[in-house]
Amino acid sequence: MLPTLWFVLVALMLTVYVLLDGFDLGAGALHLFAGRDDQERQLIFKTVGPVWDGNEVWLIATGGVLFFTFPVLYASGFSGFYLPLIIVLWLLMIRGLSLELRRHIDNPLWTQFWDVMFAVGSILLAVFYGAALGNVVRGVPLNSEGNFFQPLWTNLSPFATPPGILDWYTVLTGLLALATLTIHGAAWVALKTEGALNGRCRSIIRRGWFALVALAALATVATFYVSPRMLDSYLDRPYGFVLPLVALAGLGALLYFSFRGNDRGSFLASGAYIVGMMTSTVFGVYPNVLPAVDPANSLTVQGAASSQYSQTVGLVWWSIGMVLAATYFIIIYWMFRGKVSLEEEGY
Amino acid sequence: MEDLVLSRLQFAFTITYHYIFPQLSMGLALLVFILKTVSIRRGDERYNKAARFWGKIFAVTFIMGVVTGIPMEFQFGTNWSEFSAYAGDIIAQTLAMEGAFAFFLESAFVGVFLFGERRFGQKVHWFSSLMVFLGTWASGYFIVTTNAWMQNPVGFERVADGVELNNYWAVLTNPWVFPQYMHTMGGAVVTGAFTMAGLGAFYLLSQRHVEYGKIFVKVGVIVGVIASVWMLFPSGDLESRQVSEKQPEKFAAMEGLFETEEPAGIAILGQPDVENMRLDNPIVIPKALSFLTYQSWTAEVQGLEELPQKDWPDNIPLLYYSYHVMVGLGTIFIGIMALSALLLWRRRLFESRWMLWLLMLAIPFPYIANTAGWFTTELGRQPWLIYGLLRTEDGVSPLLSSGTVLFTLIGFAGIYMIMGLLYIVLMVREVANGPDDEDEEDPPGSPEPEPEPAMSGREA
Repeated sequence: MLPTLWFVLVALMLTVYVLLDGFDLGAGALHLFAGRDDQERQLIFKTVGPVWDGNEVWLIATGGVLFFTFPVLYASGFSGFYLPLIIVLWLLMIRGLSLELRRHIDNPLWTQFWDVMFAVGSILLAVFYGAALGNVVRGVPLNSEGNFFQPLWTNLSPFATPPGILDWYTVLTGLLALATLTIHGAAWVALKTEGALNGRCRSIIRRGWFALVALAALATVATFYVSPRMLDSYLDRPYGFVLPLVALAGLGALLYFSFRGNDRGSFLASGAYIVGMMTSTVFGVYPNVLPAVDPANSLTVQGAASSQYSQTVGLVWWSIGMVLAATYFIIIYWMFRGKVSLEEEGY
Repeated sequence: MEDLVLSRLQFAFTITYHYIFPQLSMGLALLVFILKTVSIRRGDERYNKAARFWGKIFAVTFIMGVVTGIPMEFQFGTNWSEFSAYAGDIIAQTLAMEGAFAFFLESAFVGVFLFGERRFGQKVHWFSSLMVFLGTWASGYFIVTTNAWMQNPVGFERVADGVELNNYWAVLTNPWVFPQYMHTMGGAVVTGAFTMAGLGAFYLLSQRHVEYGKIFVKVGVIVGVIASVWMLFPSGDLESRQVSEKQPEKFAAMEGLFETEEPAGIAILGQPDVENMRLDNPIVIPKALSFLTYQSWTAEVQGLEELPQKDWPDNIPLLYYSYHVMVGLGTIFIGIMALSALLLWRRRLFESRWMLWLLMLAIPFPYIANTAGWFTTELGRQPWLIYGLLRTEDGVSPLLSSGTVLFTLIGFAGIYMIMGLLYIVLMVREVANGPDDEDEEDPPGSPEPEPEPAMSGREA
């Protein structure tokens, strides 16, 4: 019972991370296209400036909680995905630096360099995150000790065994993640800006919407092909179908609000879509936390969990910590509410 | 075997590099809070500008600390998966608490501190500087607690495939934490104070931003003299006594004590020769080690010879030198700061060029001392990953190839080199700008920058 609760809580934290860091990743992915000149790009940077660091902390905190609630999973997953994780790390570093260093020197070469770094870092991170989720869904070649090693990529053939960490399916989920987060980012920037920039973001949402729907449909079909047990999860526990419905409703609302020019509605709708997608995926994976190619070796919620005492005391301080964190976040987002402008600036 | 060496090297490299930044940012967090408090209590705008100036330096340092800190958490899983699976129950508990209680706090309020002064006013600005200070220091507590558990495991029971937590409070109040935390945070304040005083000295010597130079020197010296003494007593004294009590191998190796002596002298200088089990060219203060450790001039102190060789730290000379560099520099710091404080009190410091030169040249040394201190702690724990429980060689990830680790190690080295250069460029730039020309300078992002030759390309 306790491990399942923690599984839900970790999934919840991860979803919050994707919701929050998702929009600043998306803003990074689109800012070269949406922002036509230096001032517009500065504005995009300003929409995420005070909050991106806090958003990213959700990843670090989720990692920490995952580590103590499911240490065996942390050990297998992180050592098995060694290279892609270290590459993600480097991308996070480059992106963090670009967000923070750009405004320190007002020289066109300097800002253009960091603009490109911000875009590249954000785009690749979105793709890698999607590919990571794709790997978890598809399952990895865990041995009986719970360890695995996989090449970073192979020839991308659907029939390669073992498939690479980046193969046709995971690249597809990576592109889906990129489309999802770009639209989420566009919704955020539209919400925080006015004028031409706002208009361009709205049009990114409307045009991107069709690509997003196509990719989502394709990825869903492919998912049931590479991982038939996902469908079993839903058939065993049909109440789970409500989660993909949330995603669908989010998609529909996104189109509706973006045509109505309701920025807040669009942002909330893309958030709902993300929540639906994340929870649908996680629901399908349960009761595994890391499925193996050979189902006997799959890491389950029960098998990967830490001790009951550890999970119990963790629940106490975690609850306090999350109430505090939620309070800070509500205060901070409330303080920095409203549209950004270039007039007022920190240092 | 080679993957073990490379994984150790990678961890040592990434954490040593990482530690440069938090020791400055944790120290500055306190100093910025002090400056901000003085500015509000006295209504003195100069102190406010000083706080803003150091806030900028803090911000860049903090971000460097954040981005270089993330690899530490990752590497537990990527390179040390056996260790993670063995002790994750406990070790990750405190790491996760750092996320929940420190990172959220500091990340939220760093944003307010940096972006919110004009928008939210002085009180909120002051409050956010306090929260940033508390957040960074809480972060230090959880990290020290995690490390302390590896030095002195408590509150656990052994099970088939690892250890399980059975007493949460014991881990959080591990007796090892208290001295180590006092000593680590004191070290951060020493770094912050020396950096502040040294930069102030630079401004005074080069006769730029003189008014601010005086503030920096004054605040830096006052805080620095307290922190430097604190490092020796009580925190350093408590910590070394604790080591002597619980980790005799580390203690003997760091003192260069090969043979058991009664009474034991303290070696000020000398080169350890492990093969022949002796200290070459020693300068020894007789009986001092016995007294410092056991408060008795005649007490016996155990030497390495009496301890099983398989438990000896695997790099005794480096451990010995690290410890001696730390203690030697620490002593010099007390001298520099005490003398500066005396001159400050006599109102002669700002005119005393040689003292200002000394303060300025001293800037790098706290970083060296803190790094050496960390080396002492960590090398001394070897060959154990968790002291007495798990050997380092048993903690490494089983399926990792050495080529992969070498690749990422080189990657880290490259990225960190670029980051270091960027950091230096930005620091030099901030220092050249100084604290008081902020109003003349365009706030970055003002809509219409003054036309400058360098900008012309952009306007076109």
